[in-house]
Amino acid sequence: MSDEVTADIQTTHILDLAASGKRVDGRGIDEYRPIAIDVGFVSTADGSALAHVGDTAVLCGIKLEPGKPFPDTPNAGVLTTNAELIPLSSPTFEPGPPQPGAIEVSRVVDRAIRAAETIDLTKLCVTPGEKTWVCYVDMHVLGHAGNLIDTALLAAVSALTHATVPAKRFAIADADYALDVQHLPIECTFVRLGDQIVVDPTFDEEQAAQGRLTVATDETGRVVAMQKGLVGAFSPEDVKATVRRAFVHGDRLRGFVRGGGP
Amino acid sequence: MGSVGAKEVPVLLTPDGRRIDGRRLDELRALEIRAGPLKQADGSAFVEWGANKVMAAVYGPREVHPRHLQQNDRAVIQCKYNMAAFSVDERKRPGLDRRSQEISKVIGEALQSVVFTEEFPRTSIDVYIEVLQANAGTRCAGLVAASVALADAGIPMVDLLPAVAVGKVAGAIALDLKKEEDNFGEADLPMALVPQSGRLVLLQMEGHMTEEELGTALDLGVGGCRAIYEKMKAALRDRYSVAPIEEAAR
Repeated sequence: MSDEVTADIQTTHILDLAASGKRVDGRGIDEYRPIAIDVGFVSTADGSALAHVGDTAVLCGIKLEPGKPFPDTPNAGVLTTNAELIPLSSPTFEPGPPQPGAIEVSRVVDRAIRAAETIDLTKLCVTPGEKTWVCYVDMHVLGHAGNLIDTALLAAVSALTHATVPAKRFAIADADYALDVQHLPIECTFVRLGDQIVVDPTFDEEQAAQGRLTVATDETGRVVAMQKGLVGAFSPEDVKATVRRAFVHGDRLRGFVRGGGP
Repeated sequence: MGSVGAKEVPVLLTPDGRRIDGRRLDELRALEIRAGPLKQADGSAFVEWGANKVMAAVYGPREVHPRHLQQNDRAVIQCKYNMAAFSVDERKRPGLDRRSQEISKVIGEALQSVVFTEEFPRTSIDVYIEVLQANAGTRCAGLVAASVALADAGIPMVDLLPAVAVGKVAGAIALDLKKEEDNFGEADLPMALVPQSGRLVLLQMEGHMTEEELGTALDLGVGGCRAIYEKMKAALRDRYSVAPIEEAAR
């Protein structure tokens, strides 16, 4: 689909550079692009954040509305995650129902948020079996220059961290209150370029990649989610080394979420 | 793992290290693989794995539909993983949901990592996986079935792709989770191995594990995959080995 966008000559160049430990944009193998998070970007949302990793930008808006709990979890709130790869952000995105790529982004982000127990869903319950808060995490990709997953989770966790439960608006309590966030998952994505495994791939590096691996860690030292994507393979030793690197990057990236900016 | 506010947790691990169905931590469920049960397909396989029943069929290399997915230098692999409405306790609404689309994507990418797609430019190899009865680990069962079905269709590949899910159950790392362990366990980590290279082409994880537990889980899964690999090869031998003439005449 998007294969035409990166020329073969560029792919060869990326792989040749990687073989000698270099990257097209001058970064090191284990270096992220500049990160910036703008919290409260959208005032109509109950929480929002615009996250930039290099030229990749994802805007996440949180909306909380009263609704019904699922019959099998009467005491828990509902969390719904959705990612829109809107056509304005890349020549490769087309309008229409979500494609597998967009579904993968939203599901991998959702998995990290859920498995890390970022928000305690039982605290969203108002009346067991009848009424609960439904927390919508909607992510809009505004610029796709590679590594959507990490950027999307940075935006989502930042937006959740600064979200308000609109209890007064829906006459559930006398005052609005801050959404309680217990853990901060961070996803770090790596791609294989020949024998090198590089962090935070650009769009062109993703096209040249021989496999992609995302590792989500939280601040308590747990691995909470993983996803291997694209065509390619990793040895168990590669995976273990990558998990180690994900913990180091995770600790640093979490600073941007806590601070709400650089 | 989807257990928020759920029913009572069963005893998942006894003090002497037995699991809910009596297995040891490193033991696989019973696995039976049959190559070529569908005569209309170019290749097929049926997998019964614990209480899972999964059928896979391969068609192609054939013309690409939709046409715009065609690649000039290689075949595309179009994989559709689908769960039958009656395959789970509570009826699943038929059709593609986000979960099956994601699974289709990762299984398709895993298969594409081992098929010599450059042998068949401008064609599609269509892989259909139907989960008829589900009891955790269906994406692994589906990939095992798909891989045997591709071999049955005579598609050239680097290797077969054994797959298994490892998880964390009552604090212990366990091989090949069944439904109760998946629902009430602490982590689930499906993986697929290329036995010849020792590399993983499918890897997902959800739950919590420490770095050390994750290392243990990877090693346990690789061992499990190697055992499954033998059963996959045996299934293909069963289908294609020719009995000696005097045996057949009797």
